Amino acid sequence: MIGAGLTIVGLLLVLSLAAAVLPNGPKTPVLVYGASTALCSGLAAIGFSALAASADPVGLILPIGLPWLGAHFRIDGLSAFFLLLLGIGGAAASLYAIGYGRHEHEPHRTLPFYPGFLGAMAVVILSDDAFTFLLSWEVMSLLSWALVLTHHRAEDTRQAGYLYLVMAGFGTMVLLLAFGLMAGSGGSYDFAAIRETGRNEMLAAAVLMLMLLGAGSKAGLMPMHVWLPVAHPAAPSHVSALMSGVMTKVAIYGFVRVVFDLLGPLPWWASPVVIVAGALTAVIGILFAINDGDGKRVLAWSTIENVGIIFAGLGLAVAFRANAMPGLAALAMTAALIHAMNHMLFKSLLFMVAGAVLNATGRRDLDALGGLIHRMPVTAALALVGVTAISALPPLNGFVSEWLMFQSVLQSPQLAQPGLQFLVPAAGGVLALTAALAATAFVRFFGVIFLGRARSDPAAAASEVDRWSLGAMAGLAALCILAGVLPGLLIDFVGPAVEIASGDRLVSQASNAWFTLVPLPQIDSSYSGFLVMAFVAIVGGGAAWTVHRIASRGVRRGPAWDCGFPNADPITQYGAGSFAQPIRRSFGPVVAARETVFMPPPGDPSAARHAASTTDLAWRHLYTPLIALVGALATRANSLQFLTIRRYLSLVFGTLILLLVGLATWN
Amino acid sequence: MELIGNLLLQGVQMFLVLVLAPGLTGLVRKAKARLTRRRGASVLQPYRDLWRLMQKEVILADNASWLFRVSPYMIVAATWVAASLVPTFAIGLEFSWTADFIAIVALLGSARFFLALAGMDVGTSFGGIGSSREMMIGAFAEPAMLLVVFTVSLVAGSTQLSNVVAFMQSDAVGVRVSLAMALVALVIVALAENARIPVDNPATHLELTMVHEAMVLEYSGRHLAMIELAASLKLLLYVALIGAIFLPFGIGPAGTGFAGLAAGLVFFLVKLVGGGLLLAVLETSVAKMRVFRVAEFLGAALMLGLLGTLLLFVSRSL
Repeated sequence: MIGAGLTIVGLLLVLSLAAAVLPNGPKTPVLVYGASTALCSGLAAIGFSALAASADPVGLILPIGLPWLGAHFRIDGLSAFFLLLLGIGGAAASLYAIGYGRHEHEPHRTLPFYPGFLGAMAVVILSDDAFTFLLSWEVMSLLSWALVLTHHRAEDTRQAGYLYLVMAGFGTMVLLLAFGLMAGSGGSYDFAAIRETGRNEMLAAAVLMLMLLGAGSKAGLMPMHVWLPVAHPAAPSHVSALMSGVMTKVAIYGFVRVVFDLLGPLPWWASPVVIVAGALTAVIGILFAINDGDGKRVLAWSTIENVGIIFAGLGLAVAFRANAMPGLAALAMTAALIHAMNHMLFKSLLFMVAGAVLNATGRRDLDALGGLIHRMPVTAALALVGVTAISALPPLNGFVSEWLMFQSVLQSPQLAQPGLQFLVPAAGGVLALTAALAATAFVRFFGVIFLGRARSDPAAAASEVDRWSLGAMAGLAALCILAGVLPGLLIDFVGPAVEIASGDRLVSQASNAWFTLVPLPQIDSSYSGFLVMAFVAIVGGGAAWTVHRIASRGVRRGPAWDCGFPNADPITQYGAGSFAQPIRRSFGPVVAARETVFMPPPGDPSAARHAASTTDLAWRHLYTPLIALVGALATRANSLQFLTIRRYLSLVFGTLILLLVGLATWN
Repeated sequence: MELIGNLLLQGVQMFLVLVLAPGLTGLVRKAKARLTRRRGASVLQPYRDLWRLMQKEVILADNASWLFRVSPYMIVAATWVAASLVPTFAIGLEFSWTADFIAIVALLGSARFFLALAGMDVGTSFGGIGSSREMMIGAFAEPAMLLVVFTVSLVAGSTQLSNVVAFMQSDAVGVRVSLAMALVALVIVALAENARIPVDNPATHLELTMVHEAMVLEYSGRHLAMIELAASLKLLLYVALIGAIFLPFGIGPAGTGFAGLAAGLVFFLVKLVGGGLLLAVLETSVAKMRVFRVAEFLGAALMLGLLGTLLLFVSRSL
């Protein structure tokens, strides 16, 4: 199993090198993406069979990497689940890229990095020692950075790339510290040894905080999220789908692996930090998604929101586990892991939709689009599945994980600590608010892009995208429906992963009638996505049939009514900014919203203008002061550049003395 | 045999909510008219309206897509399924475990989602304004509703409505502050979700303040009939929900006999009439508020819901 996985990783890396030397012709992208599709399907198959067979963990040591230590690899339930997630996401993105990649002007800027990026993510998931983990994490970061810079001629992209590089460097540095703390004085870096090492609760909590910073910065947790809404959209759309759909999940894998598997017992007071960070990230992320005018950035902000939801679930799992309630920890962990899978499915789908729209119209700003449901009917139908799923509406998959999350929030009275008892329902309220706001954000996303009338000439002349892209999107949409209708299968499937992370798993859902979910039999709360879907379909179809049969079926086309004053100018429609206005006003302080009206002076016939803007408060209150501080320090340090040789030597000598004194006092 | 009986009972429930829904709307209109010293149309008028609308041909805007034509049926289906899962005259029906309280809220969310999309489909300014504001109202009302769900299910120990009602009928309930808060929050949410005064005005047209009516402005014929039917069903759902949770008298326990069912039915009708009359009194006695004040109004519901939930964490007996 593990051997086959590593072989595929090796082939992906070889494919990367091959892509660098292959001629820059029209066949090369098809070859590279086709091979990537096949190899990712292989990864998915390995993950699937490992989960289906509930196979015992298999380890492997390869004599590469650090001398004498080698590189440790291992596949268990947890890594199999994330390998499956990576395989599905990677295969769909690669399939999509076979069509989408044809429109790339400079394919040689994408192709050599793309398979390697997939391979590096797989190595992160399969690695079983700290060195391999960190090395592959860094390779994953750097290759995705190279992919972000595909369209490097745009100034925005270069800035996004720089920001991403800084944040990725910060993340890896923090992870390095975390592993350093975990390895302890023994200094063994393979995961088995780390798992065996005993450590006190303070140290464990410190590692948790570092993981929250390190893995959180890659996943998009606030306030380390600033790079994500600029970097994810800057990449080509299939890479955006991978970064948002899969790479954030690899970061979550890292967090789960370290915090729940390697770290051992955690104090309960570590959990509020995770819960609060997750809940705030979720609600603030979705508020910015509602207010952003760029389609791909809306999706990136929504990724931040979903990562927040996942982290809130993980925080609940920490709380339950610290209270020795493995059954409830398993419920929260199941909710988080299934949400990770669901988010991969619908976010990849929606980024592909955004890419399809971008290809068809050349525009990403929502206010240039509109009416595409007529020009791109299949894409629109698939996008509708995606937005329904991401808005957590039954009977699709987003609702399942949301429902499980609420069920675990409702179990919080069993927690022993009053602080948590207050915090958890408040976080549940915030998550409920987030879900409702997500529906708003995606009504806006779908409505402005696909409905109404075209707001620009390219949108009016758009045409449907190629079959490869449609096939990839249709596959993901089908999985969204399947995971929503048959959630019990998914829950049973994720069981081995949950067991590793929380010490227990939910009871098997396979024997329940009508694919109903009953996560906690003693509580008797149930939900059957299958029956809801069936009822809505039967009732809706029946209503339509009856009405057409017994009443009328006549249709006449006419101009829009619009209260008697239809205006032919498409600009009179509600656009992205106007749709967001009520939310922007209601939540103004959170997004630092400003609305300005420019009125011409009396007698001036020029038009009045209205401008609305939002500001990320993390930039204003954290990063701007930080950048100013670094700048000021650098200016000060600048004077060190022009010293004489004697002064340099005395500086070196002084530093040496200082270090020796430090060492002497330490011992 | 028992299965057939149970299925039949579930069918009766589905049929009952559908048949009674327009009547409730008619009753509210009639009562409102009487309260403002008008004679008002017959209680049966909504039935006649629905039949008339269904028989008319649909006039579709040139730009309308398939989504515009499919949405009315989706909306009516989601609302009807949700209404059929709320206990009316008996609990423990055959499919009552299909969706719990959370899923019922989410089903209504689905209906709103498609209604808002349909409002944007033709590409008129009124449709957009309606959709945008409806989603704003939903963004406050849905979490407030979920917090009510939290409160109620923390008291009852389950999110399954049948279990909740069974618990509410037992002696274990007593008088609780948290439930009172949940009731106020639920009433506020019900007013907002059903586009009632003071949030929206169901009787208005050609006003910039309208929300629901602006969204459905382009609908006509059988499509409009479906939308109106869904609105009536939603009103009935909320009245039935408040009745089932906070006034659970008379609802037949699981597996009750014919007499119990008949009594449940009578109690249900009484509750509907009472709820409709109270709504009419409320609507005639308050004024509609500005649309941006709605956020504060619903924010109060949100806070009450949260407070109710938190009280339960202080003490399970509050």
